[in-house]
Amino acid sequence: MPGDASPGFGFRLARPRSMEEALDLLSRYGPRARLLAGGTDLLVQVRAGKAAPEVVIDLKKVSTLHSDIVQEDSFLEIGALALLSDIGRDPRILGFFPALAESVATVGSIQIRNRATLPGNICNASPAADTLPALLVHEASVSLQGRGGKRTVALSDFFLGPGKTVRRDDEIVTSVRLPLPKGREGAAFERLTRRRGVDLATINLCCRVEQSGMTRFAFGAVGPRPVVAVDPSGKLTRPGLGAEERDRRIRELLQKTSPISDVRASRDYRTAMLLVLSRRALERALQRLAGGEGA
Amino acid sequence: MESEAVAITVTVNGMSRSLQVQASHTLLKVLRDQLGLTGTKECCSMGECGACTVLVDGRAVNSCLMLAAEADGCEITTIEGLAMDGRLTALQESFLAEGAVQCGFCIPGMVMSAQYLLDHNPHPTEEEIKEGLAGNLCRCAGYTRIIEAVRAASSGAGASTGDAAPSKTGSAAPSKDAGK
Repeated sequence: MPGDASPGFGFRLARPRSMEEALDLLSRYGPRARLLAGGTDLLVQVRAGKAAPEVVIDLKKVSTLHSDIVQEDSFLEIGALALLSDIGRDPRILGFFPALAESVATVGSIQIRNRATLPGNICNASPAADTLPALLVHEASVSLQGRGGKRTVALSDFFLGPGKTVRRDDEIVTSVRLPLPKGREGAAFERLTRRRGVDLATINLCCRVEQSGMTRFAFGAVGPRPVVAVDPSGKLTRPGLGAEERDRRIRELLQKTSPISDVRASRDYRTAMLLVLSRRALERALQRLAGGEGA
Repeated sequence: MESEAVAITVTVNGMSRSLQVQASHTLLKVLRDQLGLTGTKECCSMGECGACTVLVDGRAVNSCLMLAAEADGCEITTIEGLAMDGRLTALQESFLAEGAVQCGFCIPGMVMSAQYLLDHNPHPTEEEIKEGLAGNLCRCAGYTRIIEAVRAASSGAGASTGDAAPSKTGSAAPSKDAGK
């Protein structure tokens, strides 16, 4: 098997049973350690020589980490080990956050989603990560635990650049929190790929509209990190909004994006499609806000 | 806690096995090289082609993206584990009857993905079949007959009595993972 002979496949594997043990290992090895949850990014990186950890710390036996999705008064908490395939069909996710369910269903393939986790997708910090736009418009936050204690970081503050986040080398993501909707709202996810299945996004984005008129967009694969743009004016949700004004307002929000040309698309194509996909997401989000068809 | 060799116990195709595996070896490598189960194929080794698909605790996964050590305590079904007493499953028979096999390299993975689909959605639409097999590539591009084979297995006599796709894999997942 040629793959296993590649550099980096000599790592040692640690299977800590407790958070304390996991954090001890992390602080001992620092950047020479990599955390393993689903492994669907990590093992690809190791095989490609892009990661060469000395030790891989498998988090799946850590007693305090779990795969449950727990509903509290004001938020839904997704355990660090919850699989994307389970998140995507959880009735509460489908009910409260259908756009997240839509985006989860586009990650990789069924086989990938049967292993991959949300913190994995988040911490890999690909600008094109499909779950991020939906998590961002829903104002998700990430709970981290280090030896110094716990902290919670808004996902919108989490990303520094491709593959770079504010997670410190000695911290472990324990859960992802999504505030529950306070009133009526609607959200929708759109994605552009070269082929429909198992492809990285050329663009992905999500739009969320609230009854108050608050409109949030998050755009992926059009900048070094996902971009959030907010229009609190209520004009995008106003009935009878003309196409011209709608496009003008969307274009204003799109000014925060900085698409580049790469193997998947040119800058011009991405720029043109951002408007098209944003319109579609807005339209479907508004349908959901109205409680109509659009699921 | 850290080690080069890891002791694991897995159930492979119904048989419990205690193994010493290298920490960095994938489940795919252990299945093929240590257990001689070469029906599971290695191809892209990066989770794109699905040739290495097996069921772990009833879920279809890429065995190239999973360490063997992660399978500790799990129940694994490979392509070798589908037929019972030398009798192919209705799904396997259907692949033969429909002429769905050209070079054959992708077929074990295709069958495992199709098995997973039918385990949880016994009567998929054509769209659901395509979605269910989206993680499996066929370089012969023999998709039409592969899809037809799955469709035939799902609507065949076996399926109507509920045993076209005998689940040997527990039932970790509710129905219609493939649906969007």
